[in-house]
Amino acid sequence: MAKRIDVQDLDIFYGDFKAVEGVNLSVEPRSVTAFIGPSGCGKSTVLRTLNRMHEVIPGGRVQGKVLLDDEDLYAASMDPVVVRRTVGMVFQRPNPFPTMSIADNVAAGLRLNGVKDKKTLNEVVEKSLKGANLWNEVKDRLDKPGAGLSGGQQQRLCIARAIAVQPQVLLMDEPCSALDPISTLAIEDLIHELKDSFTVVIVTHNMQQAARVSDQTAFFNLKATGQPGHLIEIDDTKTIFNNPTEKATEDYISGRFG
Amino acid sequence: MSSITGVALPEETPSGGQPKPLDADRASTGRLGDRIFGGAALGSGLLIVVIVTLVAIFLLAQAVPALSKDHANFLTSTSWVTSQPMAFGIAQLLWTTVASSVVALLFAVPFAVAIALFLTQYAPAWLARPAAGLIDLLAAVPSIVFGLWGGFIVAPKWAPIQHFLSDTLGWIPLFKPTAGITGGNTIFFVGIILAIMILPIITALSREVFAQTPTTHKEGALALGATKWEMVRTAVLPFGRPGVISASMLGLGRALGETIAVMMIISGLPNGAKWTWSLFNGGATFASKIASDASEFSGGLSTGAYIAAGLVLFILTFVVNAIARIIIERRKDFSE
Ligand SMILES: Nc1ncnc2c1ncn2[C@@H]1O[C@H](COP(=O)(O)OP(=O)(O)O)[C@@H](O)[C@H]1O
Ligand SMILES: [Mg+2]
Repeated sequence: MAKRIDVQDLDIFYGDFKAVEGVNLSVEPRSVTAFIGPSGCGKSTVLRTLNRMHEVIPGGRVQGKVLLDDEDLYAASMDPVVVRRTVGMVFQRPNPFPTMSIADNVAAGLRLNGVKDKKTLNEVVEKSLKGANLWNEVKDRLDKPGAGLSGGQQQRLCIARAIAVQPQVLLMDEPCSALDPISTLAIEDLIHELKDSFTVVIVTHNMQQAARVSDQTAFFNLKATGQPGHLIEIDDTKTIFNNPTEKATEDYISGRFG
Repeated sequence: MSSITGVALPEETPSGGQPKPLDADRASTGRLGDRIFGGAALGSGLLIVVIVTLVAIFLLAQAVPALSKDHANFLTSTSWVTSQPMAFGIAQLLWTTVASSVVALLFAVPFAVAIALFLTQYAPAWLARPAAGLIDLLAAVPSIVFGLWGGFIVAPKWAPIQHFLSDTLGWIPLFKPTAGITGGNTIFFVGIILAIMILPIITALSREVFAQTPTTHKEGALALGATKWEMVRTAVLPFGRPGVISASMLGLGRALGETIAVMMIISGLPNGAKWTWSLFNGGATFASKIASDASEFSGGLSTGAYIAAGLVLFILTFVVNAIARIIIERRKDFSE
């Protein structure tokens, strides 16, 4: 249920603007990789190329390869819709579908896959909500709108929605940045559990969070303003935080930068 | 656009959710400017209420005496005799008005929604703008032009299609051919022309709400592996639904009250013919009846009969709007 990611020589563009240049990195299955770096350096942009959400933006395109267990996501024969069913995503702002109930939100992905059987849907809804540590809080109001939940609950609802379709990889773009500390802890605990079943890649601006949740950390930076962002280094989280190879990483970690 | 990658944007306000006035803010309400503005606002509000009340009283005062002299049942009779002894009822007017407007909605809403979706979700920008402008232009065509065009140019061309429909579907009472109606000037045809007339307003409003669908909702659907159409179904349509409903009700209101085009297009009931349920029949709507007979109003009582009919039209439009409100309100907790 989890796949390996290999990114090779990836350049990412918004129209003519090259936002990110020359990214090479690998992510092991069933691990958590954190992307850190100053804002605007292209963390979200790189993350969104891993499930082909980048090209949803007009003018968005890439050069290079993204391999999922040796399968090129950008091969001509690859359907982005299939890619997105394999690589799930959780956004910075919780975005449950406002017109749908809690249960329907979780079941939305399955319904898109054509699952109609009530019993299957109910089972998956329960399993996914349990997987997102939300079941106990919402089991009595599954038919109420998801928008009525607190921000943290909404974000866990979105995680439940993403894992309901059993993706191979789960991408998270600053999933806690709109949440209070308690909800943040709840999500960090959840990430530890998700690691048992999924490959997780998380963008965070919070270095303590990266240190707490990730096995591997990638540090991105801008060469200069107006220049494309690039990957400075990627290594075990312990190494990055205690003994980084690059001076720039050390400066950023120790707060002398950004 | 920058919200896509998480750069903070101000909170998107979903349509319909008006910000609450700051009623806790009691600061500086005593200054001169505040007093003048507050007074003017209150005065205008009161004035509107007074005007509406006066109009209602005036209309009722005219209608009630006529109603008391009515020898037919005002609600169920299909006859319309306003000379003494008066025997008038609105059943036929009500049917023609509602039937033609419903036909108009049935044609206009799917088209309008499809056009609005195409313009906001599918069309490239260079096409979307001029195409939208073209449709808005349609709204600027005066009713009388639609009346002329529909009644004298399109109706003869419509007649063969109508014959074909009534030949094949004639076993359904709604599509029964009517003896004496040979041209295309029927309730159904009026509905089609009305559909064209209300298309621009429904399209324009639907376009507006569809375009406001928050990017986060659309991306949420796409990230689950939705195709374009599935994304439209899970994110855009539900978000736009209340807007489409209110747009349709506005269109319906316009269709119900449309006067001159209907009057020019629709033929009366053929001489001696009875009223039927058929849409392939002539007739008159509230508005077209009042307008076409206006020159013959003779004195208070007969005018009162028409005013009573006008009041029913007013109530009808009011109810339509109220229903729209209720639908929108009921969806509200799901749509913010
Ligand atoms: N929709 C967009 N259109 C054009 N440029 C964009 C868009 N989104 C982001 N960018 C640019 O791409 C670069 C990287 O942005 P982003 O990936 O959001 O950074 P981060 O997530 O690290 O803060 C920035 O220079 C930003 O201005
Ligand atoms: Mg970002």
